[in-house]
Amino acid sequence: MPADPVAIRVIRFSQYYGAERTLDGLNLEVFRNEILGIIGPARSGKSTFLCALNRLNDLVRGSRVEGRIEIDGRNIYDPDTDVIELRRKLGTVFATPVPLPRSIFENIAFGPRMAGIRDRARLDEIVRDSLEKGGLFEEVKDRLGTSGLKLSGGQQQRLCLARILALKPEFILLDEPTSGLDPISTMKIEDSLRKLKKGYTIILVTNNTKQAARIADRTAFFLNGELVEIGPTADVFTAPMDRRTDDYLRGRFG
Amino acid sequence: MSLDPRTSQRVARTVLWGMTILTVAVLLFIIFFILRKGLPALSLEFLTKNPVDMGKEGGIFSTIIGTLVLTALAILIATPLGVGTAIYLTEYTWENAVTRVIRFGAECLAGIPSIIFGLFGFILFVTKLGFGWSILSGGLTLAFMILPTIIRTSEEAIKSVPAAYRQVSFSLGGTKWQTVTRVVLPAALPGIVTGIILSIGRSIGETAAVIFTAGSALRIPTSLFSSSRTMSVHFYILAREGISMPRAYGTAAVLVIAILIVNIATYTLMNKFIKKYS
Amino acid sequence: MNRLEKKDRLIRLALLMIAFSAVSILAVITIFMFEQGTPIMFKYGLKSFLAGSDWYPSEKIFGLWPMIVGSFYVTLGALAIGVPFGLACSVVLTEFSSARLRRIIKPVIELLAGIPSVVYGFMGMVILVPFIRKTFGGPGLSVLAASIILGIMILPTIISISIDAILAIPPSYRAGSIALGATPWQTVRMVILPAARSGIIASIILGMGRAIGETMAVIMVAGNAVGVPGSLLAPVRTLTSNIALEMGYAAGEHRQALFATGVILFIIIMILNTIANVTSSGRKRKTKA
Repeated sequence: MPADPVAIRVIRFSQYYGAERTLDGLNLEVFRNEILGIIGPARSGKSTFLCALNRLNDLVRGSRVEGRIEIDGRNIYDPDTDVIELRRKLGTVFATPVPLPRSIFENIAFGPRMAGIRDRARLDEIVRDSLEKGGLFEEVKDRLGTSGLKLSGGQQQRLCLARILALKPEFILLDEPTSGLDPISTMKIEDSLRKLKKGYTIILVTNNTKQAARIADRTAFFLNGELVEIGPTADVFTAPMDRRTDDYLRGRFG
Repeated sequence: MSLDPRTSQRVARTVLWGMTILTVAVLLFIIFFILRKGLPALSLEFLTKNPVDMGKEGGIFSTIIGTLVLTALAILIATPLGVGTAIYLTEYTWENAVTRVIRFGAECLAGIPSIIFGLFGFILFVTKLGFGWSILSGGLTLAFMILPTIIRTSEEAIKSVPAAYRQVSFSLGGTKWQTVTRVVLPAALPGIVTGIILSIGRSIGETAAVIFTAGSALRIPTSLFSSSRTMSVHFYILAREGISMPRAYGTAAVLVIAILIVNIATYTLMNKFIKKYS
Repeated sequence: MNRLEKKDRLIRLALLMIAFSAVSILAVITIFMFEQGTPIMFKYGLKSFLAGSDWYPSEKIFGLWPMIVGSFYVTLGALAIGVPFGLACSVVLTEFSSARLRRIIKPVIELLAGIPSVVYGFMGMVILVPFIRKTFGGPGLSVLAASIILGIMILPTIISISIDAILAIPPSYRAGSIALGATPWQTVRMVILPAARSGIIASIILGMGRAIGETMAVIMVAGNAVGVPGSLLAPVRTLTSNIALEMGYAAGEHRQALFATGVILFIIIMILNTIANVTSSGRKRKTKA
């Protein structure tokens, strides 16, 4: 039986922080094994959307939602959702790389350890596998015991990527992952994402429209908490259906 | 008699510097005086023999033990309570009426003079609960006294752990408790330990609260219910009853040196903590 | 719900109970103090208790007035010494000297805050009291002696907190004043001290709380005679000394009278604490603009 090509269904979803509505009636689908790029100006709800998916929004005071988000057929806002498992399933990489103050090995092993994996041999395997998938293994294989804080910015971000891969997620969410990085590190990460697409569904929030143009299969344009437009990247960039999308892409505002 | 600014500047500078030098001199004099008069009395014998004849002869060994045991008990009780409270206030709730009440309680507790703690300890532990003059009574009383300090320093230490660390832990599927124990507490540890060391210093020097709860028995304590004398209490009794001046100075010297060590430990730890996060 | 999350909920409950420990302890202390101390106050009449000038426990005469005055005088004396010298030090260490000097001296001063009060009392006993006796006459054990010792004891508190308050002032304040041609002293008087006012006041109130609550050092130098002190050189007994001196052998109503002394002291301190909190938070609100 073929798996449902739609991995995530967002149905009339709104997010409130207290009285402020940060996401407004979103309706969209995320396809399995695609890279979905999300573009839009600051405070358009892009990052909030990611936090809604992995339910990190729960940590914000006064958080309230309406609507549904269905992942693998189940509404993740159901009261009996296993939020811990959800967050393992949706690995998130943030804009600023944050290595924990421990060794590279322990950074990667952090998630699995919390999940209860203690066997050293298994952890070794997980760490190696994750670092390879994240494109960092060759550079650090001889110094897994050194502190993660000693890596360069680009390496730290790839460490963060490897860290979430260690939990064998289904989805990879990235929030402006290369905004502070040099072009070469950016390229390395984009390469990794292209390779990872085969085994994961990737949602990439980016401030850099050119990045979306480079690697996203489809692109969504967010504005003021609303989804303005979504479609195959080429279409959105060359023939946007909404005037606002066109304005943003041409730099008339942003 | 209005002076022109430059003259008043010079006058002010002289007067203020004078007052400062006097202050610092007086403060330093206290330390040097005690050490000068007390160090001669310090010997291995002094530190390892028990007091004889109410302290007229012999050493202060049993009082050293008393101090150590009492302080250890106080820390053992107050640390889980204090750190637990700090964790709850910072990690498990947002600012609301409940947290304000808890903080208010802790701040009030901090301002209560030690004699009142002694009185309270005497009423509750020694009398009502029937523990008598004992290490248990003394330890509990001291624990309550140092609790606010531990809460305050632990809270500060926990608050200064970067929020990003917590976000990382949660996003990797960590629960609150896992985040606290695996990320926050290890990072906040130097600050928390600083607070504990500061409290150790305070417990060592405490007299009023101890004398009415732990009593002043001179034997080495054998159980939680034994009465015991601490160095501060011993020093107070020696001095006020005029039992033995040399030994009084000696005890004072040991106290001062102990405080010196505690303070140096605090500073080293604090600097390590600051270096880690700047 | 995840098994780990269930554990989390339990831990949260446990921590909540722990967090209430501080409040509960405070509540228990307050309740006990009042339970033990108030009955006797009303038995003998609040007025005679607070305003009576005789304290003869064996004849069941309990008048706290001399001790209340004693605490008041001694605290006032301590502030008279501690505040000027403390502020002088703070100003010199922040405005008239280098940061390096401050980094050396401030820790030394903070070290002195940790010296046990009995040591201070002892110094007073063996040096200050004989000196006062020789130079000014009288028994030496006096309001003066207690004031000086307490003043010295609260210096580290006032200095440390005032320095922090002064250092917290934005450099632009100083720069602005200097740019207008003011001397350092003028800057201190007209800009620095007013700006640091709330922190300095907080330090003074904290010092005052310490002075009122101090027991051991006072006992060693104040003479402890019951009676309103007629001069600086007269002996004095404070509320705290009253408790400490007689606790050891008091029984029955005598003991209850001592608890009542504790209640009075407790109330005074609570009032001070509240004033301190209100002034510092009130000021904080003002300076937020």
